[in-house]
Amino acid sequence: MTEILGVPIAVLSGQLLLGIINGSFYALLSLGLAVIFGLLKIINFAHGAMYMLGAMVTVIMFDVMGINYWVALFLAPVVVGCFGMLIEYFLLRRIAGQDHIYSLLLTFGVALMIQGILTNIYGVSGMRYSMPEIFKGGFRLDFMYLPYYRAWIICVALVVCFGTWFMIEKTKLGAYLRAGTEDSQLMQGFGINVPLLVSLTYGFGVMLAAFAGVLAAPVYSVNPVMGSNILIVVFAVVVIGGMGSIAGAIITGLLMGVIEGFTKVFYPEFSSAVIFLVMVIVLLIRPSGLFGKEA
Amino acid sequence: MNNAETESELQKTMMGHLKADRRRKLILNLVILALLILAPAVIYATFLMKILCFALFAVAFNLLLGYTGLLSFGHAAFLAAGGYTTGYLLSSYSGLTTEMGIIAGTAAATALGALFAIVAIRRQGIYFAMITLALAQLVYFVFVQAPFTGGEDGLHGVPRGHLFGFIDLENNVAMYYFVLAVFVGGYLLVQRIVNSPYGQVLKAIKQNEPRAVSLGYNVDRYKVIAFVISAGLAGLAGSLKTVVFQLASLNDAHWHMSGEVILMTLLGGTGTLLGPVVGATFVVNLEYQLSQGPLGDWVDPILGAIFVLTVMAFRSGIVGEIQNFMRKNMS
Repeated sequence: MTEILGVPIAVLSGQLLLGIINGSFYALLSLGLAVIFGLLKIINFAHGAMYMLGAMVTVIMFDVMGINYWVALFLAPVVVGCFGMLIEYFLLRRIAGQDHIYSLLLTFGVALMIQGILTNIYGVSGMRYSMPEIFKGGFRLDFMYLPYYRAWIICVALVVCFGTWFMIEKTKLGAYLRAGTEDSQLMQGFGINVPLLVSLTYGFGVMLAAFAGVLAAPVYSVNPVMGSNILIVVFAVVVIGGMGSIAGAIITGLLMGVIEGFTKVFYPEFSSAVIFLVMVIVLLIRPSGLFGKEA
Repeated sequence: MNNAETESELQKTMMGHLKADRRRKLILNLVILALLILAPAVIYATFLMKILCFALFAVAFNLLLGYTGLLSFGHAAFLAAGGYTTGYLLSSYSGLTTEMGIIAGTAAATALGALFAIVAIRRQGIYFAMITLALAQLVYFVFVQAPFTGGEDGLHGVPRGHLFGFIDLENNVAMYYFVLAVFVGGYLLVQRIVNSPYGQVLKAIKQNEPRAVSLGYNVDRYKVIAFVISAGLAGLAGSLKTVVFQLASLNDAHWHMSGEVILMTLLGGTGTLLGPVVGATFVVNLEYQLSQGPLGDWVDPILGAIFVLTVMAFRSGIVGEIQNFMRKNMS
């Protein structure tokens, strides 16, 4: 059995692998969006820009200060996360009581600014970032070749996704977060610093995006507009999964990556749009998304 | 008895205020129209036409955001649908008169709008925004792949043709007055809709949807109709734009265009008739001025900064803020 539906199994499994890797990025990014949306009710249009910043910061730190991949894996998300918290503190907080549409528009403006400024400084052609030595090479399985780095992406993304889900849904900190956004006055009354909690949550969501950016730096082309197209896909993923559902975002992210990978085998041109088609179908059948609660 | 009298007195003065307000607005509109008629003598006509096309686009968009409270992040799809349909028809069938091409483009955008509405209308607020955005991406993909759009290159050299078969639109002056006429028509249509009983229901939906439902209005139907009209007018703007510039490109379908029309409307003032026109004028002008100067590469960040500033500091927009100011100082 070397062929399925007339497609060699090696091609199929290769695309499946690529799909899972893309899916890992979708999962990380949509997870961040879902955290920010689910807890703060902010549609973070700057999420793609934060992902891009994560990758750019990694490359720039390496070029300027020689900071290596492992340090960047922690440092870049922290730097970008702090930046995100500044945005939350100085901008988003001031329009907290307004219609949610305004937070969408505000972050859209912020994304335009960040992307535009970086484009003017670095141009849109990609920046090179070489992979750490340890990841050179890969596993040779009988039906496919799995580069070490790709395997690393999948593992680390899964661990981070699961950890985030666990923290928000199962720990005390997560309970504070959910309660604080449910009824912030009551939580204030219990002596919990809700504004700080909100800042931290936004910062954390942004960190997840930046973390995905660091993971992407060695394998994708790093440039100031890398976040703008993936953002729309991730929005679709979040809608399919059900807005605000943490687990839904993770599972749907991986699933959409795989669907995209398969589409590449059978109808390559359509692979960039298949997710939107899935979204339309899901919405017609289940308006609140696969994992969303009925609104 | 006495009470009723004072009440009717009050009503009279209120009606008087309303009438005076209407008269003032009418005069303002007539002055603007007169300026627009005279404008080509001073300002480059093609530039004015660009402003008018985008102004119509923004007016159409505002019917949705400003009067129905629905934020569509996919209006670029309609602009492009109108533009591509008109462009394709006018380039392939030389027997077609220009207005037929434009009508076909508008019809195509209207149909597309109905499709969007069916999928998206059950969701509200940001959900609605994200779904329209994703649908528009699907449409974008169709435009990249479809054989009749010229893919990445777009359609070039679309003939302007003859209006009604005998007015040569290659003449820029004729073209300008045609665009102006269509724009005024679209503007008046939106004005009529907004001031009609139907428009009142739309505003009610915007302010308090559950209450509109409980009053017995079929809210979804009202929203669908508003969406379809808005899409059709956006398509009309796209068709006009294609005829004026003789090209249709993927730029019009890109989601940045959807963002830009939001900026125009927000900046000018959502929920005011004149706001989108002012906003479109401002943004088109700004982009043009910037592209002429040393800041040509900084258009995006500057637009982003204006976005942030508008949302933070004056959400009512230019026209909205002026109205608020007038209201405060008049009474």
